Amino acid sequence: MKIAVFVKQVPDSAAKLTVDNGVVNWGDAPLVINPWDEYAVEAALQLAEKHNGEVAAFSLGDENAKEALKHALAMGANSATLISDPALAAADATAAARVFAAAVQKLGGVDLAVFGRQAIDSDTGLAPAMTARVLGWPVLSMIAAIPALEAGTIKVERAIEEGRQVVEGKLPAVLSIVKDFSEPRYPSFMGIRKASKAEIPVWSLGDLGIGAPESKVSWSEITAPAQREVTNEMITGANADEIAAKLADLIIAEGVL
Amino acid sequence: MAGNVWVYVDHFKGAALPASYEAIAAAKTIGSKVTALIFGEGVDALAQTAFHYGADEVLLGEDASLADYRAEAYASLLSKLAKEQQPDAVLFPTSTRGREIAAMAAIDMDSGVLPDVTEIKDEGGTLAAIHPIYAGKLLSKVVVNAKPALITLRGRAFGKPAADASRSGTVTKVAAAVAEGDLQTKVVDYATVEGRVSLGDAGVIISGGRGVANNPALTPPAEITDEKEKEIWRAQQGFVMIGELAQALNGAVGASRAAVDAGYIPYANQVGQTGKVVSPDLYIALGISGAIQHLAGMRTSKVIVAVNKDPDAPIFKLARFGVVGDLYEIVPALTKAFQERLGK
Repeated sequence: MKIAVFVKQVPDSAAKLTVDNGVVNWGDAPLVINPWDEYAVEAALQLAEKHNGEVAAFSLGDENAKEALKHALAMGANSATLISDPALAAADATAAARVFAAAVQKLGGVDLAVFGRQAIDSDTGLAPAMTARVLGWPVLSMIAAIPALEAGTIKVERAIEEGRQVVEGKLPAVLSIVKDFSEPRYPSFMGIRKASKAEIPVWSLGDLGIGAPESKVSWSEITAPAQREVTNEMITGANADEIAAKLADLIIAEGVL
Repeated sequence: MAGNVWVYVDHFKGAALPASYEAIAAAKTIGSKVTALIFGEGVDALAQTAFHYGADEVLLGEDASLADYRAEAYASLLSKLAKEQQPDAVLFPTSTRGREIAAMAAIDMDSGVLPDVTEIKDEGGTLAAIHPIYAGKLLSKVVVNAKPALITLRGRAFGKPAADASRSGTVTKVAAAVAEGDLQTKVVDYATVEGRVSLGDAGVIISGGRGVANNPALTPPAEITDEKEKEIWRAQQGFVMIGELAQALNGAVGASRAAVDAGYIPYANQVGQTGKVVSPDLYIALGISGAIQHLAGMRTSKVIVAVNKDPDAPIFKLARFGVVGDLYEIVPALTKAFQERLGK
């Protein structure tokens, strides 16, 4: 079984973000593997362990993205490849999906392409379904569990708004994984050593054999939201009942119930 | 002003998401004609509701192959219709389904998606939208340079639409685009949680954090001997208590990442940057200190109330009302106070 997993390098979720001349600045916060992608790597590794497979990690980005790939290698991925090309600097979700699909095809013989549910920086959540569509594969998104995988069919439990949906799909398929799947493993000491020494090859658009896909979405402006003005009122009282009565009256007076 | 604007009416087993009607109302503000797309089986009743909220026309795709939502079947039908009829824009509620269909349709039609937007502006014939990024820590203004513009709308960001029961319109039936035999997925079963209010649609959210486990007065049953298990048991009792408050206010139960990671409550309840970004009218944070990732996920709530033992907890900075105290004393008293006042 051949599994491709896609990871992204993003500013840490604790980062305080500012915008300077339209450019996002995350100060001294570290760049880390997108937290949602760790679940994707974990799922890919578990499937590979169970079904005698191998895991190839990919990331689209600049040299920094090699760190996310090293994290995937340290967790246990068999190989890692950076996809980087100056022509992809402003790639939107459709352009990225066409690149991901080209990488899957260049790798060849892929049974599953695995993604996290979305990246915590761009927050689009479009890559899994778009990549599936470019490949002509089914997408099974928001996967919380994979109860069966055999004979070219995968059975998954999807965490949708209304609860859990059990779906079967034919391979090859694109998956997106959510947190319920399982805690991602910590990289082992050996894994970290191996990853730190790994040479990570870089594929350009030329290597993928495609031209620069056209981006359909453009960003004209990034701004910080208006500061929230809150009049803060601390509620006190002789006992819990008195505090609760005051608080309930005040909340009702706000007219939000 | 855009001409024909389509709205994908997202529903689960025939019950439409409230955000579907918010999308119809939003479509009316940018388009001269609004067409609602309703796919499923036995869902024709939704057409009337779509008219009440402002749709002029409904394209009704009813077929056994559309009975359960499947991304490929729904996206193929939407793309086929849009290629034939060339709408200027298609709006979707930002749900798991809406996002997926929009994503696939963008590839089919060589267009782009503006995802999870909170505002749409018509700028001289071009639709621009505001997409919160980094969980709303920043706002990005985005445009699609292709047609149709595919836009998914964040629930509750576009206001509650008004229904007019006297409105009606024309229903046109459309056939499925893909034969059952050509579909690559099959829905086997559902394990739904009955009666749960979804966080995205909730007007009131009551969330608990790590502090929920903090009630030494509760004695776990004797068969639980492991300390960690005892802590989880205490927290679960705490979430039952929070559920009672939520019920009194017809709200949903949320949680901080700390509470989810500690195993107190499932991930589906997590509010924050790596959970759900929410914007209810009332958000009550119980035993949540207010890590930046949590604040990003709820900062646009209209009224925020915080109860915490620590007077220096960062959550108080966002709170309209704050109580420094033990949530195990305050919450039951608050539930009772609301029950008395709201007559429940």
